[in-house]
Amino acid sequence: MHSHHSTPAVSIIDLDFSYRDHPVLEKVNLEIPEGELASIVGPNGGGKTTLLKIILGLLEPDRGVIRVFGQPPLKARREIGYLPQYAHLDPLFPVSVLNVVLMGQLGRPGKKLFSGYPARAKEIARAALAEVGLAETAGKSFHQLSGGQRQRVLIARALATEPRLLLLDEPTANIDPRSEENLYETLARLSQKMTVLFVTHDLGIVSQVVRSVICVNRQVVIHPTSQINGTLIKDIYGGDFNLIRHDHRCARNGHQPHQPTV
Amino acid sequence: MMSDFFTALADPGNTFLRLALAVGLASSIAFGVIGTYVVSRRISYLAGAVSHCVLGGIGAALWLETVCQVKWLDPLAGALIAALIATFIIGHFGHKKGQREETMIGATWAIGMALGIIFIDLTPGYFNLTSYLFGDILLVSNRDLLRILVLDVIILLFASGCYHQILAVCFDEEFARLRGIRVDFYYQALLGLTAVTVVLMVRVVGIVMVIAMLTLPAATAALFARRLFEMMLLAVFFAAMAIVIGLGISYQYSLSSGPVIILVAGLFYFLATACKTRQT
Repeated sequence: MHSHHSTPAVSIIDLDFSYRDHPVLEKVNLEIPEGELASIVGPNGGGKTTLLKIILGLLEPDRGVIRVFGQPPLKARREIGYLPQYAHLDPLFPVSVLNVVLMGQLGRPGKKLFSGYPARAKEIARAALAEVGLAETAGKSFHQLSGGQRQRVLIARALATEPRLLLLDEPTANIDPRSEENLYETLARLSQKMTVLFVTHDLGIVSQVVRSVICVNRQVVIHPTSQINGTLIKDIYGGDFNLIRHDHRCARNGHQPHQPTV
Repeated sequence: MMSDFFTALADPGNTFLRLALAVGLASSIAFGVIGTYVVSRRISYLAGAVSHCVLGGIGAALWLETVCQVKWLDPLAGALIAALIATFIIGHFGHKKGQREETMIGATWAIGMALGIIFIDLTPGYFNLTSYLFGDILLVSNRDLLRILVLDVIILLFASGCYHQILAVCFDEEFARLRGIRVDFYYQALLGLTAVTVVLMVRVVGIVMVIAMLTLPAATAALFARRLFEMMLLAVFFAAMAIVIGLGISYQYSLSSGPVIILVAGLFYFLATACKTRQT
């Protein structure tokens, strides 16, 4: 893995994207080094999901160059684990939790016609479920789980692709505050093994977790976390944003002042 | 009352009734498996358009056969060609960005049907439109049975051989595409099988009601199934029950078989929905 550190995980040069005549992203320049843990923030309709879909190669930019680990997105796709936006799926679909996670292993060699997944694929899927704290739900039905659990199952599916880059579109939608904190801890842990980018609305909490914040509102600006303050947030959201201060951490043994991580 | 039906089935003179039952049971495999796909992908409206276009194909084939002396073209071949063309038009153009798939489906539906009626007008001689529109399971032949059995085998091989791929494509097409699954191939293959199913099943329940047999048993099954294959098996079971009971009632009271089968399938669906709503 160390040999890749010279190539950035994502590099975007002078990229424009529009839906028909409606410009969504303009003159985007972005470089995300491998091993980064970054959140993507910005107003609704600002282009966050579009940016993710361009990185995945699901959308073609009008102009500009995009490389993922030095390759065009279509070639690098196998290296990317993706969590789509929550509303996109039918929650009543009849399928087991394990089979949802196993979809991350589709397209790997070893899966033949008329046979199930190889044992190794199942191991990987179970490990991914354990990673999001849902190991015991493997045999349940997807629709039996709560909204938050389903969301974590889909994160496990993304992990089961064994990605080098993890893209999560609003991973905290439908998740209660405690699970949200757990989720951020999980993402921080994962970022030691892979590059993690996630879309979020809650700038307050994430500024304690991530190393940089990517602001997307037609233009894209990347800020190290140390730069995040009220003025900047007003710039991004046009003043409509409530900055929730999270200057202290809720630890098991009581509230502690926040220790900046080095 | 069903006992009369079973007595009649046992009567050696009633081969047509036994054949009808065999065709019905064989169709339930196609109805259940393809229906599960149609319901979970929410493409019942598309299946409806394909089935109505079948009339265009039948009409065109009859006209070519009688007026233009194209002897090799029988109504079944015409129906199949029309269904595949309709599937291709909707699958290809409706799926493109910027097209309203629903509008495309509605247009294909109506135009296919209208063409059929016009061709039948242009063709001299008597044509029993009703049996195509509403089906007549008592008119099926051994060849129909054989065709449906071949279709069943193809469907079962496809559904079991590519189960996990089909599951992924139905559950989350975008994710499946990202994993390198040939989503378009599966989409077209499943649409093609849907089209063939519709064509062969027109004999059983007719153009107007084939869509009901593709949706009602699978939708009933969806209320109970916890896995996709369970939904397929249950849908086959509900389709078979609807056909056996429907055929029995229609025989007993001399009613049209297609509509009675549909009513039984509809009854299952509403009863199951009512049970489910009460539980929760």
